[in-house]
Amino acid sequence: MHNPKLTKALFTSLTLVAAATIVGCSDDPAKAEQAPFVEINKNPFPSTYKALPSVPTLITNVTLLDGIGGMHENTSILLENGKIKAIGNDLPVPVDDANVIDGKGKWVTPGIIDVHSHLGVYATPDTGSHADGNEMVKPVTAAVWAEHSIWPQDPGFRRALAGGVTAMQILPGSGNLIGGRGVTVKNLPNRVVQDMKFPDAPYGLKMACGENPKRVYGKKGGPMTRMGNVAGYRQAWADAQNYQQAWDNYKKDYDAGKDAKAPKRDLNLETLAGVLEGEILVHMHCYRADDMGTMMDVMKEFDYQIASFQHAVGAYKIADKLAENNVCSAMWADWWGFKMEAYDGIRENIAMVANAKACAIVHSDSDQGIQRLNQEAAKALSDGQRAGINFTKADAWTWLSSNAAKSLGIFDKTGSLEAGKNADVVLWSTDPFSTYSQAELVFIDGGVAFDRNKPETWAISDYELGQVGEGDHK
Amino acid sequence: MRNLTLTAIAAITTLAFSTAAMAEKIAIIGGKVHTMSVQGTLDEATVLIEDGRITKIIPQTVSTDESYRVIDAKGKVVTPGFIGAFTSLGLMEVPSWSGTNDATVEDSNLNAALDASHAINPETSLKNITRIEGFTSVATSLSYTGSMFKGRGAIITLGDYDKPLIKKRAFMSMDLSNSGADANGGSRAAMWINLRKAFNEAIYAAPLDINPQTEWHGTVNIENIKALIPVVKGEQPLLIKTHRAADIRHILYMMENFKRLNVTLVGASEAWLVADELAAAGVAVILNPESNLPYGFEENAATLANAARLNAAGVDVAIGINTHNIRLAPQHAGNAVANGLPWEAGLAALTTIPAKIYGIDSYYGSLKPGMVADVVVWSGDPLEVMHAPDHVIINGDEIPLESRQTKLRDRYLVIDNEKPQQYTRP
Repeated sequence: MHNPKLTKALFTSLTLVAAATIVGCSDDPAKAEQAPFVEINKNPFPSTYKALPSVPTLITNVTLLDGIGGMHENTSILLENGKIKAIGNDLPVPVDDANVIDGKGKWVTPGIIDVHSHLGVYATPDTGSHADGNEMVKPVTAAVWAEHSIWPQDPGFRRALAGGVTAMQILPGSGNLIGGRGVTVKNLPNRVVQDMKFPDAPYGLKMACGENPKRVYGKKGGPMTRMGNVAGYRQAWADAQNYQQAWDNYKKDYDAGKDAKAPKRDLNLETLAGVLEGEILVHMHCYRADDMGTMMDVMKEFDYQIASFQHAVGAYKIADKLAENNVCSAMWADWWGFKMEAYDGIRENIAMVANAKACAIVHSDSDQGIQRLNQEAAKALSDGQRAGINFTKADAWTWLSSNAAKSLGIFDKTGSLEAGKNADVVLWSTDPFSTYSQAELVFIDGGVAFDRNKPETWAISDYELGQVGEGDHK
Repeated sequence: MRNLTLTAIAAITTLAFSTAAMAEKIAIIGGKVHTMSVQGTLDEATVLIEDGRITKIIPQTVSTDESYRVIDAKGKVVTPGFIGAFTSLGLMEVPSWSGTNDATVEDSNLNAALDASHAINPETSLKNITRIEGFTSVATSLSYTGSMFKGRGAIITLGDYDKPLIKKRAFMSMDLSNSGADANGGSRAAMWINLRKAFNEAIYAAPLDINPQTEWHGTVNIENIKALIPVVKGEQPLLIKTHRAADIRHILYMMENFKRLNVTLVGASEAWLVADELAAAGVAVILNPESNLPYGFEENAATLANAARLNAAGVDVAIGINTHNIRLAPQHAGNAVANGLPWEAGLAALTTIPAKIYGIDSYYGSLKPGMVADVVVWSGDPLEVMHAPDHVIINGDEIPLESRQTKLRDRYLVIDNEKPQQYTRP
């Protein structure tokens, strides 16, 4: 690494570490010849998220689903300093400026987390200029990051907020075998994308099985078959292992005092190596059961974990295997048939996956679906019940919050109503398993992000400002 | 499989039922019946069915003689069979990259003349998947032609018939949205002129006895012109996909010149801005009430309140634009209700209004003596996502609540670890 500019660029937030290394070097004559150690900054686009201002909030007399399988009737929940302070019956009324809400007849749940959104990367208006979700120039583009495509002014974010969505993972599309990094965001878009990045959430990596990559690349140099797809993933992982090895060797040699040269940085392989290190979570678009079965063996061959299969329309056929391998399935309630690999979709998929004790998640992959994920869970619940799979509403909410949070690696912060968790909370007008239920209040980190009864407070994207329909009931 | 002999409802007086139809007599007893007709909603009523027709609706629970098979509907909700308002059902199995897809036409000289009626596959897996969710008939038409005209669509029953046509050539479908402009060189400036020209040529051609010898110097292909004649005469409903308020106003303006047009708007995200004018002109709308995003500049005013505002102004609103998941239209209607549409209007949007749009309301869309017996018994409020049909009756026959999807479900409900799952017959 002889290019001083490049070396400098690589340091950014790690300059202190580097400086310490250099100082340390002078103490050891054996290492005096060493160039500064090259360490990669793993967080070059740090979150600048700032919670909304909030006041202590007490919601009383409410029906509460805690998102981890519990239901509490006629209870109270206290939000304070952006966190869930307490849940129970005899909570002290907080200080004078507190917001006390009578929740009689209403329901409280954790905020919905959508693990599969393209908001911002396929923003509305749906123009070519906004088609920023699929870098379909070669089959493996692990180097690209969805956050660099996100347009925070996509009106879809605010629509999703009115549906009770407090966080989401935004993924690249599925045109490529390996499409790039996904990012988890709070549903509070601001001037730049960093303002909405979920602090300390791990990165995701979007991969795709089946039809899409072979359709895109069949006449562009391949892959043009499923077997070609699998060869592509395996070669990518093998390359990533080599890359990882090269950096390990560099570190080892450097630590041994040698004047080691850092390997040439490769942004593709850097992301893939991040998966092999367990730092980046794989979310893989996969419809067919057999495709998923193959990918779970690729996963074992290269010793990484698939956090979730996305869409997983055929998951019900291999739910036991998904449970064994600890892979979540993020699913629709009832989408099917729009292509061959979606042809075997059934309405009981989610319930059957959950019934096999595999991790089930309700996802949207849609700027309209994301506005009603509670209804998707309701359909999945009732379809399961009619097939004799008797989950409760409390169980079903785990598909919308805790399981989603677990698959994104943020369950220590959000995804359930438990003391100490982020106050990402929705107050519903009535039972959210009803079509007629609406999110009345949506709290993100304790701040009111959406108040249905105060239209004058609704956030409006820059795009919609000054247009017909500005500020309307959307 | 039988032939449904009510093929030509176009001339509805010729409607006649096959005597081969099973003459099972059914009594649906004790349900809350939404007749969608003069009898209104009856809390605990009895619906009698014979020879494929509704014979009587009695506003109380009665006991019937042994000739009736009884369906106990106590605690349940009874509605007319839902009508899929705007689909391509029967024209495709899988739209993407699948070989068989008759819903799209590339490079054809025909556009207005295209006819979905004879492209429909009565064995499509979508039939059972859709009907077990309470849909007993659908309007179906092409989805893409490369022209602003998408040809003539049909109304089909989802009962088991070799020829499921209820009404062939039931409507003309066209696109005057952004994509319609794209089909006219990319500009509305061309689209409206071409449309006017086509209508004017159709009016000119209407009295002609057109045959292969007819000399024709119009700019529109004679087959397409022939297809447009019933449209300009107002004999065939014209369904126009459009969104922008200004475009809708222009359609209303054109209707002043082409006075007989029988127009229904499809999509119509900004229709609420023109609600009063639409009501005055008697123009109905088929919409997706959940479409609340500005997919194009023509939809900036899209709102969840579209259905409610149109209804409040007196516009007839039908709900249901989809094919594989037209079965979700009741959920869409429920969301329209959640956003201000009266519940009864939500139910009408799935029954009486689409029947009226397609001119089949004398036989479909409501429950009263003489109507075709398309009836659904629901576990509860059909607009609630957690309710579903318990019984579906099409043309007097109760159909099994089975589909390819329920069979897949039943095959995999319990995994057989001894032998391959393909040996499991649900």
